Amino acid sequence: MKATTYFKNKMSGNNFLLFVTISMFLLMYIGGILVYSSQGFGTMQTFLNMLIDNAGLIIAASGMTVVLITGGIDISIGSVVGLVCMMLAHSMENLGMSASLSIALVLLFGIAFGTLQGWLVAYLKLQPFIVTLAGMFFCRGLTAVISVEQIAITSNTTFLAMAHKNIKILFGATVNKRGIKLYPFVHPSVIIALVALVCVWYVCRYTKFGRSLFAVGGNEQSALLMGINVRKTKMLAYVLNGFLASLAGFVFCLNTTSGFVEQARGFEMEAIASAVIGGTLLSGGVGTVIGTFFGVLIKATIETYIRCNGTLSSWWNKIVLSALLCFFIVLQSVFATLKEKRK
Amino acid sequence: MQKQLISSPLVVSLKAATKKQLFLPIFALCLMLLINVLITPSFFKISIQNGVLYGYTIDIINRGSELIILAVGMTLVVASSGGADISVGAVSALAGAVCVRLLGASYDSYATPMLLAILAALVAGLACGSFNGFLVAKLKIQPMVATLILFTAGRGIAQLISAREINGNMVPGQILYVRMESFRRIGGFFPNVVIPTPVFIAVLFVLITYFVLTKTAIGLYIKTVGINRKAGRLVGINSVLVMFFCYTFCGVSSGLAGVIASSRIYSSDANNIGLYMELDAILSVALGGNSLGGGKFSLIGSVIGALTIQALSTSLYAVGVTADQIPVYKAIVVILIVAIQSEEFKRWWSLIRLHRQAKKAVAV
Amino acid sequence: MDDSVILTMKQINMTFPGVKALNNVDFSLKRGEIHALMGENGAGKSTLIKVLTGVHTMDSGEIYLQGQDTMVINHSPKEAQENGISTVYQEVNLCPNISVAENVFVGRQPLTRFRAVKWKEMNARAKKILQSVGLQDLDVTKPLGDYSVAIQQMVAIARAVDIQCKVLILDEPTSSLDEHEVEKLFSVMRKLKEKGVGIIFVTHFLEQVYEVCDCITVLRNGDLVGRYAISELPRVKLVAKMLGHDFNDLASLRNLDAKKLNNEESVILKAVGLGHAGTIHPFDLTISKGEVIGLTGLLGSGRSELARALYAADHPDKGALHFKGIHLKAKDPIDSMKAGMGFLPEDRKEESIISDLSVRENMVIALQAKTGIFKLLPLAKQNELALQFIKALNIKTPSPETLVKQLSGGNQQKVILGRWLITNPDFLILDEPTRGIDVGTKTEIQKLIIKLAQSGMTIMFISSEIDEMLRTVNRLCVLRDGLKAGELVNDNLDRHQVMAAIAGDQ
Repeated sequence: MKATTYFKNKMSGNNFLLFVTISMFLLMYIGGILVYSSQGFGTMQTFLNMLIDNAGLIIAASGMTVVLITGGIDISIGSVVGLVCMMLAHSMENLGMSASLSIALVLLFGIAFGTLQGWLVAYLKLQPFIVTLAGMFFCRGLTAVISVEQIAITSNTTFLAMAHKNIKILFGATVNKRGIKLYPFVHPSVIIALVALVCVWYVCRYTKFGRSLFAVGGNEQSALLMGINVRKTKMLAYVLNGFLASLAGFVFCLNTTSGFVEQARGFEMEAIASAVIGGTLLSGGVGTVIGTFFGVLIKATIETYIRCNGTLSSWWNKIVLSALLCFFIVLQSVFATLKEKRK
Repeated sequence: MQKQLISSPLVVSLKAATKKQLFLPIFALCLMLLINVLITPSFFKISIQNGVLYGYTIDIINRGSELIILAVGMTLVVASSGGADISVGAVSALAGAVCVRLLGASYDSYATPMLLAILAALVAGLACGSFNGFLVAKLKIQPMVATLILFTAGRGIAQLISAREINGNMVPGQILYVRMESFRRIGGFFPNVVIPTPVFIAVLFVLITYFVLTKTAIGLYIKTVGINRKAGRLVGINSVLVMFFCYTFCGVSSGLAGVIASSRIYSSDANNIGLYMELDAILSVALGGNSLGGGKFSLIGSVIGALTIQALSTSLYAVGVTADQIPVYKAIVVILIVAIQSEEFKRWWSLIRLHRQAKKAVAV
Repeated sequence: MDDSVILTMKQINMTFPGVKALNNVDFSLKRGEIHALMGENGAGKSTLIKVLTGVHTMDSGEIYLQGQDTMVINHSPKEAQENGISTVYQEVNLCPNISVAENVFVGRQPLTRFRAVKWKEMNARAKKILQSVGLQDLDVTKPLGDYSVAIQQMVAIARAVDIQCKVLILDEPTSSLDEHEVEKLFSVMRKLKEKGVGIIFVTHFLEQVYEVCDCITVLRNGDLVGRYAISELPRVKLVAKMLGHDFNDLASLRNLDAKKLNNEESVILKAVGLGHAGTIHPFDLTISKGEVIGLTGLLGSGRSELARALYAADHPDKGALHFKGIHLKAKDPIDSMKAGMGFLPEDRKEESIISDLSVRENMVIALQAKTGIFKLLPLAKQNELALQFIKALNIKTPSPETLVKQLSGGNQQKVILGRWLITNPDFLILDEPTRGIDVGTKTEIQKLIIKLAQSGMTIMFISSEIDEMLRTVNRLCVLRDGLKAGELVNDNLDRHQVMAAIAGDQ
């Protein structure tokens, strides 16, 4: 009896959505293990592959969560990631710059771009959707301006080393047919992603800035009257998001080691979907990067399902993800109406 | 006593044409045309070659037809809800895929009669528009969030529809071709007609829309809902139905644009049909003097805006910008227009003017 | 400055485009004083508060706070807070998505050495603070939005109190509280009074003013009417001051022009127990055909809400409405319109005027909605109607195509009147039709109301100006604090009795 009341108390509306997400992931994952165990679904490596493939998404979705919490949105991050990859490829291959300089430059670009978008949204008070839609087209076009052809990163050894480095994980090993113990591995990109995730979580939970994000997203007028500098908070959200987007681009590039015009198209949708599925409200004020992390895992699980299935084309990824996004958006809207009615 | 001027329909529309609202679009179009002439001196030359009209201006009007159709749909969406439908490009691709798939790849006959296939494409557009309309009008979800779903899913669905049989399996993600001649006429020319078909379709579509808006009360309702939804409700207007109609209509216009686009390339290229068109459509509406916050709207303005965007693309191509690079310039133009239209900017501007006036007063 | 005075505002002037909101207003507040600030719509109460708290910057005037030698100008809510002025607004200005404890500490969370939020400490302190305002067992970690508006209001007050303010401003804090909760609020206020906090209590609930306040400042149309101790100002005098009538000068006005009605006249509208949760308590109302019924009471008494319930602008959730003999189950305004009602809302700008459309379009829109979407009224007919009513109502506009936002307030109101007259309603509700309008137009409208009634239209006329209603109505319905308090007819329709009814001195 006591447990259920404790549980009920902890389960406010917003926690409930997070609970739904985590349960959904666990169910899907366990389901996958049961159905596709022959394809190695149950191994540690499968899970780690999810992280490797989606390291960039984890970072980008965290940034998106921050912006969504303030009640804004950023649909340019896919294009930013594509542009960053192209910038990295171009600067290392064509301009001969060192890896560290290139990376520093793109991170600076991310901050600058985020500042520009943030200023337009926060100080000029333009609709975030229009600003970031223009941003999306701007970056996508800029990618083509740098190069219409694909640039593969082949000469910069530092970068390539980082890209291909395997970091052994000392548990969950499997034994292959020849009796050799195979340890599962991750790439540095995963480490970067997890560190970024923890940092963003800390900022949101324990810093004054992080808490003011929630206040601004919850009720901008109230936040203003309570003395918060709303404009600065909103702009900084976009600056942080810009930095994370370029970091995501860097990590993405570690995966693909190339830059081309069509790269990361639709990435912003995956980030938004991960955040929404993870319990971030599109209306603002509610969200947690932990939930977003699980949102990414759900998306990765779907992809693994489809890959294991083998018969469904990869187009189904986008469709299933959109359907899930739609479901969660409608769920949020229904929830909100119920809350209104209860009052 | 006061003199009351009675307005006949002609006078009303003439007045609208000379009012300030159309100043921006006409000015922008003239500017674009001027720039084009400076880049290409033979810009205004029109000739008849191979039995059809030829010339840069013809090209602009021809290629701008899909955009005009999309802009018309987008105008209603923006006017009634103050938001935008960013799924128009994806829905065009979807509708094009439906049409092409139904027509089949045979050289001899259509798998489905052409008119039916086209109708199916329009119905697909209508369905997508209704989906968006339901989310926005009934569930009150922000327009751009609601249309984000089809923005991503639309092309995926289009890919699935574009499936061809390979080794006994239906493999999606193919580019399907239509081999019959008559389908190409939609995106091309009818025999012995000098004007490109898309132009006819666009003109017809604009006219039909105009008549629907002005011969029923829906045009008035859209304006009312967009300007003051509360007042609209108190005078008995159902804003949910009005917005739902606008989104559904936008879906139909996307479907029509998709049919034309796929006819031009007589295939369903789910990746490229309608690519970047959503920004172009929004830009056309904004350039047409329409407020992106909703309210009063001008169809003609959006049409002129669409032609201006097309002219902009033409001038950019003429100086060597590729199709992939053009979005950079369009993005900048959008931001400039939206920034100038914004309340904050107007406030700053009036403050600056007051400041200057004060300085002058002091100096005197 | 006298040591007991903690706030002095001198000769405050504030102008907005087109209207002088504050005209040389003085205000002063003593230590440990609960001071009511009262006035009707447009009196300047909220402007005065906003000037004090830094939301607006005044044009001229001086503000002095105890303990500061120089004049104070607050440029932002944050600055006002730092100067010791805390405000609790009518709309709960907290964030419903974050926890109760966080709301109490927004912007001033306890931090560790490394600038990290100390959650445990924050929660503990919040709990203590809430206990001191009577909220004993509140889970401070739950989101604020999970709790009722009343509790949210108390949290807002707790936050204001904890900020150790010298001046606490409560702006209509009791609008959403029930009696029990109001009592809790009052006990908190009395405790603060003992501590020496000065409280500015903005409200329109007369009962509450007399229960807890020490003195009253009355504003009217941007001017200071006066500052009075509670003992010096009985209710009726207060109402008279708020509505602008000198008590000593009351003469009985007879409604000579209006038709005297028999009881045999047919009943056109009968409301039985009609109510809408949160706005108007269930009421009964019977209206006869051709009658002009007036609705009055102070601002916030529920006049507009009653009208909105009748018109289904707020879908009534209790009771029934019988109109022209039929049980009318109206869910939306369109249903009421089709039955033959019309409604001119109180807030012209927000709820009537479609600013970017022409005079003609604004006028025909209601008739168009009634006619249906597919039967567009021909332009010729629209012009005919527009011109007819432009002439009949003497609307000053260059042409029917002029945008309505370019007309003056009075002419805009006439356009809206024309809108409803074009639909030829059987029952027309006019909510403050003469507010913000020049005297000449006011008289025109009053005469029009009488003329329409004589031709058979039933009219409900809502106004805070007693005089104009006394000149036009057959019967006056008085509202007080969200309840229908009574009706006055024929011989009882004189100013004295109306004031008394509003004040509730019966």
